[in-house]
Amino acid sequence: MSSGLPKFPDPPASLDDDFGRDLHTEHQVLNMGPSHPATHGTVKFLIELDGETIVNLDIQVGYLHRGFEKECESGTWYQAIPYTDRLNYNSAVIANVGYCMAVEKLLGIETPEHCQWLRVLSSELARIADHLTRCGAACLELAAMTPFLYGIEARELVWDLLEMLCGARVTSNYIRIGGVKHDMPGDFAPTAKDFIPRIRKLLVDFDKIITSNRIFVDRLKHTGVISKEDCIRYAVTGPILRSAGVGLDVRKTDPYLVYDQLDFDIPIGEVGDNYDRYLVCVEEMHQSLRIIEQCLTQLKKLGPGPVNVADPRVRWPAKGKVFNRMEELIQQFKSVTEGPLVPKGEAYFAVESANGELGFYLVSDGSAVPVKVRCRPPSFINLAPMDGMLKGGMLADLIPTFDFINMIGGECDR
Amino acid sequence: MEDFGSPALRKLIDGFPDAVKLTHADHGDATALVDATRIEAMMRFLRDEADFDMLLDVTAVDYLGQIPRFEVVYHLYATGPNQRLRVKARVAEESAEIASMVSLYASADWMEREVFDLYGIRFDGHPDLRRILLYDEFDGHPLRKDYPKERRQPLVGPRN
Repeated sequence: MSSGLPKFPDPPASLDDDFGRDLHTEHQVLNMGPSHPATHGTVKFLIELDGETIVNLDIQVGYLHRGFEKECESGTWYQAIPYTDRLNYNSAVIANVGYCMAVEKLLGIETPEHCQWLRVLSSELARIADHLTRCGAACLELAAMTPFLYGIEARELVWDLLEMLCGARVTSNYIRIGGVKHDMPGDFAPTAKDFIPRIRKLLVDFDKIITSNRIFVDRLKHTGVISKEDCIRYAVTGPILRSAGVGLDVRKTDPYLVYDQLDFDIPIGEVGDNYDRYLVCVEEMHQSLRIIEQCLTQLKKLGPGPVNVADPRVRWPAKGKVFNRMEELIQQFKSVTEGPLVPKGEAYFAVESANGELGFYLVSDGSAVPVKVRCRPPSFINLAPMDGMLKGGMLADLIPTFDFINMIGGECDR
Repeated sequence: MEDFGSPALRKLIDGFPDAVKLTHADHGDATALVDATRIEAMMRFLRDEADFDMLLDVTAVDYLGQIPRFEVVYHLYATGPNQRLRVKARVAEESAEIASMVSLYASADWMEREVFDLYGIRFDGHPDLRRILLYDEFDGHPLRKDYPKERRQPLVGPRN
């Protein structure tokens, strides 16, 4: 008897067989972002899905484009420093250092030793804050709120230290061409000595809560994998490159400031997945704490000293002289309105930011206004291979992968 | 042509004696200004023969008033021997075109799109040359020196 009912196939022997079978579903296109609750960053993903599997991914950036380069090209060399704060706002000091050292390279200035230790100290504090934000927010977006709170508590301590040192918690604006804004305040060193063990303890707690959590491990292991070779083809740097097993770090390969006098290790991963990136970031925070301790010891040993280069091109004259002498008054006026005249030429200077190689390529025509201020943004360049990291994976893998690429809109879009 | 002690620069000069126009190593950065029409062959040579496996950065500079007007700047890095090299090529305003490096270095993809977006320089052979930081309806290329900073752009609604 033939009824009008359709004939259904036999049920699969097990559920796994069913999942493994090609269901010939139609592809659907999903718009994710630019403001999505599970991503911390303003970016839009146009995802072509086959069920929950990512077939194609188009990453659309630029929502935070403020014309960084254009603005820098219309101000003096000094006026670009606050803009660099707003590139990667999780670790603003590192961008300050990169830009100022690129200008110093053009000017041919060597900063005093005291200043160099302070720059390293503040850079490493910023690196810890950046990694804490990355790891904490990743937990939050993977639905684990508690570790996020531990991470943020530690970041508060780091930010308190940065505030004591720079006067601001996030957009520090601490580094100057030829120096830093001021020496560390008298109570900074004891406070830092008090805070470092507390930060370490919070990192240990963070580790205990999440590192071997089954859900966290399952969502991070073998997701967002990128090979060593692909990292190099895509010029990926920073923790992503190191998690793939390449131990490249500008602080070791082209040591700047006093990094060659410091004792620290570069952690590397094996697989190049999100879990390795997480482990690399956690270890880098411990290494940064080691560096900070060495900086404090060294600064104590050095005693008080100049934090700024004695070069009238980049520093203001002493206030007492400005108020009483004409030449110094004129010089102060010229320094404020015009800033330094940077000799004609070009220079590229790279620092290791929390996301990788942050480079500044500057071109000067000898005037007080830059011709070109190019920022090589690690966030932008590291984000480019993300479609390849996710193709064939599940939609849910996008969240941890995007978290550990740590795309920072300010730096990516500039 | 002088190599300023840079083995990479020496190799490039020997490999392409007529295409390297200028070299310098100001502030310690080995730099070569090369013929834009030969750039692809030279970059392939640098990648395959001189270990430059990473194209760190691609950008451009607008020298308004000079001929040729634009300069495309490549920063290369050799991960093995830990060397850096800057390669530059001049591009004229009228054609504003240079060969794309995407087939050699995957990292060129987004960076060339950015240069196209902000300077209007076209990269011949780029698989997907469209704007990246700005939106499609944006009129002009803002990093050109003759683009006024204060210029307003028309408001566009959401695309469907």
